[in-house]
Amino acid sequence: MTTNYSELLKRGVQTRRLRRKSVNGFMLSLTGILTLLALVPLFWIIGYVIYRGGKTLNLAFFTQLPKPMGMAGGGVLHAIEGSLIVTLMATVLAFVPGVLAAFYAARNPNTPLGIALRFSTDVLSGVPSIVVGLFGYTLIVKPQGHYSAFAGSVALAILMLPTIIRTTEEMLKLVPGALREGSLALGASEWKTSLNVLLPAAMDGVITGVLLAIARAAGETAPLLFTTLGNERFDLGSIIKSGVQNHQGIFQIMGRIFNSPIDSLPLTLWKYAQQPYPERVDQAWGVALILMILVLTINVIARIWIELRKKKLRG
Amino acid sequence: MKISKTNIQKLLKKFGQLFNHGDRPWFGLLILMSILVLVLMVGIGYLLWRDSALSRSSFGLSFLLPTKDPSWDPVNSDFQAWPFIYGTLLTSVVALLIAIPISLGIAIFLAELCPAWLRTPLNWLVELLAAIPSVVFGLWGIFIFLPQVVTPIGNALYSAFKNVPGLSAFFAGPIPQSGSSRLAASLILAIMIIPTISAVSRDVLNAIPPSQREASLALGSTQWETIWQILIPYGSSGILGAVILGLGRALGETMAVTMVIGNSIEGTISILRPGYTMASIIANEFAEAVSKLHTSSLIEIGFILFVLTLSLNVIARLLVWSVTRKNPQEARS
Repeated sequence: MTTNYSELLKRGVQTRRLRRKSVNGFMLSLTGILTLLALVPLFWIIGYVIYRGGKTLNLAFFTQLPKPMGMAGGGVLHAIEGSLIVTLMATVLAFVPGVLAAFYAARNPNTPLGIALRFSTDVLSGVPSIVVGLFGYTLIVKPQGHYSAFAGSVALAILMLPTIIRTTEEMLKLVPGALREGSLALGASEWKTSLNVLLPAAMDGVITGVLLAIARAAGETAPLLFTTLGNERFDLGSIIKSGVQNHQGIFQIMGRIFNSPIDSLPLTLWKYAQQPYPERVDQAWGVALILMILVLTINVIARIWIELRKKKLRG
Repeated sequence: MKISKTNIQKLLKKFGQLFNHGDRPWFGLLILMSILVLVLMVGIGYLLWRDSALSRSSFGLSFLLPTKDPSWDPVNSDFQAWPFIYGTLLTSVVALLIAIPISLGIAIFLAELCPAWLRTPLNWLVELLAAIPSVVFGLWGIFIFLPQVVTPIGNALYSAFKNVPGLSAFFAGPIPQSGSSRLAASLILAIMIIPTISAVSRDVLNAIPPSQREASLALGSTQWETIWQILIPYGSSGILGAVILGLGRALGETMAVTMVIGNSIEGTISILRPGYTMASIIANEFAEAVSKLHTSSLIEIGFILFVLTLSLNVIARLLVWSVTRKNPQEARS
């Protein structure tokens, strides 16, 4: 009888082992399948946007202003100009504070202000973009009394700050400490060391961070909804021409540009997608293609660059 | 005092000592910029609080509380935010329920199983999903995802739960032919927060020291048992942090949701019907708000959204920090 028991025990161990092994195999392959599943929307979106948007793109799309509603043809020049103006100005506004704050965070990570800074950078990146848009409205649009490109750039700059601070800080930390000590030992002051030694060494990383921030800002719609509002008749060329004809100075012309409501690519996409005219919807797909190419290219370039740079710095 | 060479040199030296060769202004500048970031955080909260004063004094707490018969009536200036709060909470929670298992699977695959040559490209692809602008998600949603995926799922859910007592109100249909519904918003949100949750959980798993894995494997566990019974519990607070970060992103997501949720104020609680979220009502109505009270009510909704996401983010960051800081020198990169 004892042999029977051991026989049974053996069989139990075997089935248990079989079950554990099959659960193992099943769950491990499930994780792989889930990863593939998550990539389906990515390729679906990219593929379909290229397919639909590719049909709309032509030279006129980039060089003409929109035609009246319901008419075929025309382009989104106003939105391209608007996106460029707003994003570039946001970059200018966010760059210096971002890099300087990153210097502080990298230099004093464990002082109270340093901890508070790094923490609020993390938290700031989680503030919804629509809330930042409301902030831009209450801060600038309401006191000024009109929508403007400037208000939109401030809102975008707030969204760019966390990305710039984080990447710059990480890059500064990767710069070998010997470089800094060497410079200080030669008698250079702290600020000269920072600007002439540390910043050049980390420059690639800083630029990538700025690029990533631009990629994020260029695709944002919500902060612009009630700061730049949108303006289908915005025409950079004619503003400059009339300014020159009326002998206005460059600052006057720039003031006019920054103070006028302006359109941007994502804003145009949002408006066109809701219109009943099929031409406009087609153009929305075209805008989506431009946006996606822009954002994805910047992302891929920035990531490759950062990988290479990290490898180089680590040696 | 005579102006002589020595005097000027003395003065310059004093000047240099005063500013410590330019270091004092430099540090002052750095501190100023760091404080600027803190001020921004506080400033956002303060300005929204200040500008929502009118709405707060007119409606008080009843603005936020659940009501049977909520009204949002710009003509008669009667505003209650409950339908939007409900819409936001419902879509975000459903999105989380869908996204958590998928993201965990991705994180496990990327951190534990994936061959090294595949790891970087896969990481990039998952992160690219987060880089696609949300308006593009919305456009794809309206014309492709909704009619082809959401409407069939909605119809199936409707017929499955039609006669189940208790759940039938929640799945009251039918889903609109276009697919615009809270369900559509939840599904789009799920796709959009998967990159966030999976990337952070992956980092948390990577931060767990290898000794944990080795000990478990040496005791004879299978790889799955190691992952499920050792690694996930070890990193649980970090993974919880990742989930909360995802929730924060879902609550605040605006454009894609506005484009697919249908934007209608009807009294139903059904997930298959169109609705509104807090972010989408602001996006839709703020620029055309008719009265001061209307504007102020929308700003109050924004303020609530800010406080909600802020507190979620603070909690999530603390949780993630607590795990990734634990064993920095042992962590795999």
